[in-house]
Amino acid sequence: MASAPVLHVRGVTMRFGGLTAVKSLNMTVPRQALYGLIGPNGAGKTTVFNVLTGVYCPTEGEIQFDGTRIEKKKPYEITRLGAARTFQNIRLFADMSVLQNVMTAHHLRTRETLPDAVLGTRRHRTEENDTRDRAMELLKIFNLERFADEPATSLPYGSQRRLEIARALATQPKLLLLDEPAAGMNPQESLDLMRLIRWLRDEMKLTILLVEHNRKVVMGICETIQVIDYGEEIAIGTPAEIQKNAKVIEAYLGGG
Amino acid sequence: MSLARKLAVIVATLTALVVLNYVFEYGFGDFQINPYYARIINLIGINITLAVSLNLINGLAGQFSIGHAGFMAVGGYTATYLTVYHGRQIAAMFGSTPAEPLGGSIVMIPSLLAGAAAAALAGLLVGIPSLRLKGDYLAIVTLGFSEIIRVIILNIPAVGGATGFTDAIPITNTFWIFAMAVLTIVITRNIAHSTFGRALFAIRSDEIAAEAMGINTTRYKVMAFVISAALAGIAGGLSGQLFANPLNPQNLNFVKSIEVIVMIVLGGIGSITGAVLGASILTILPEALRGFDQQFPGLRMVIYALLLILLMIFRPQGLLGRREFSWAWLRPVKRRAVLG
Repeated sequence: MASAPVLHVRGVTMRFGGLTAVKSLNMTVPRQALYGLIGPNGAGKTTVFNVLTGVYCPTEGEIQFDGTRIEKKKPYEITRLGAARTFQNIRLFADMSVLQNVMTAHHLRTRETLPDAVLGTRRHRTEENDTRDRAMELLKIFNLERFADEPATSLPYGSQRRLEIARALATQPKLLLLDEPAAGMNPQESLDLMRLIRWLRDEMKLTILLVEHNRKVVMGICETIQVIDYGEEIAIGTPAEIQKNAKVIEAYLGGG
Repeated sequence: MSLARKLAVIVATLTALVVLNYVFEYGFGDFQINPYYARIINLIGINITLAVSLNLINGLAGQFSIGHAGFMAVGGYTATYLTVYHGRQIAAMFGSTPAEPLGGSIVMIPSLLAGAAAAALAGLLVGIPSLRLKGDYLAIVTLGFSEIIRVIILNIPAVGGATGFTDAIPITNTFWIFAMAVLTIVITRNIAHSTFGRALFAIRSDEIAAEAMGINTTRYKVMAFVISAALAGIAGGLSGQLFANPLNPQNLNFVKSIEVIVMIVLGGIGSITGAVLGASILTILPEALRGFDQQFPGLRMVIYALLLILLMIFRPQGLLGRREFSWAWLRPVKRRAVLG
């Protein structure tokens, strides 16, 4: 099954009352791909994201993740299957420390049961230590271990975005969905982020799907780019192909 | 903690509680505790169980429930029913009667277990459909539930109906009250310090993000609700059998639920030690202010209300906020390095 695509989207349509936010979208994301989804403001990128992660149930169509149909599944079930996400508007657990944020996301991989926790058994202690160690490892990768005990929201914006990725990774995903990871970052920060995303794909063998506004980031790291406008695909191809595509230029700059 | 140390702590706690109970019942040498103080201390213990258990759902999980009196009623009436109608048989198996200290303490075990189980079941039945609701809506459903329970009890003659459960046998003692308060604190604390506690904090902080991190939010809310209800049921079972006639539907209306909410708000919502503090203060305060009533009848409640209003103006997060009390606070303050 190594060659089968991780994510397979067939004819997905999402309607909100009279508004069709996504129209019969198809998408095939191969294993260990760096796949970019771009489009002008209001094109429906985040809606696609929310459909893929189970926040919305699509009106029509089917989604296969790693051989399992997920279009009717709830967000926590999809995360359990191995698809973790970040949010466009950062959603860290504000009243927790940096370390606790990451430890929380390890929840579905722990073997601790409620009686273990209540009775404080040996398994509770080993699992708790294991969770903490894994979380610290992730923080080290993201260069955040210095801030482990700081409140999550006290971090600078760019670090909060990286912490969100670290938290998503603590769920041990196969597919990582990043919703505008470079939003609000300065050029240096987004450069570091690009390097990090590529490293994650290569070293952690992840498949990465990202929605991004920052053209430099998308063109710089994605192998395949799908462009949508008004909820419909208008182009798909390599960054070089997309840059030359007349429809894409029209969608971004406005047609005459 | 190793198993041996854990056992040692349990044995030490139980011994201390047995000694405390003995002093309360029979005195120590010439010393006899003032029964009025003994009664207030016992009430503090029951209120600690109530407040800490409510804190699990309202504080840790951030779901606003105002139906705690309902669970207390379910647990209290079930526990007392068992004692009244089956207590004699149970005590007879050990050659005793519920009226004797030993027999009473033995009957207390199945009685409290039944109360906890009934309240947990009620928590499950209310929790599954209603915990999909948020904020005010959940509050209204839980309020409605506790009122329904009250009206049902009002109409069951076997448990006394509107006159209250007058057949209740006062078998609750200081040992059981504080054993249950300690148990409640330990359970809540251990949950808070585990992956389940983090899941609840995540739900309180951001439900969408919690779900995206693989946390089944409804399941954990129901879990917290059921545990909280079971512990409230135990508190009901204790208070229901404390005096000859304490169980009365009139005392278990929503005012009782609000009383418990005020305790955790005062102590600092989300803080376990805060709930203990809030329960203690709000049990002592109305009694301590009794002196005012002798000069101006009614003044007591005016001062009580004023103190609560002042607290909410000057410390809206409660006495402890979300922090937990730590002995380190009492040590001389060390200057901490300023973090850059």
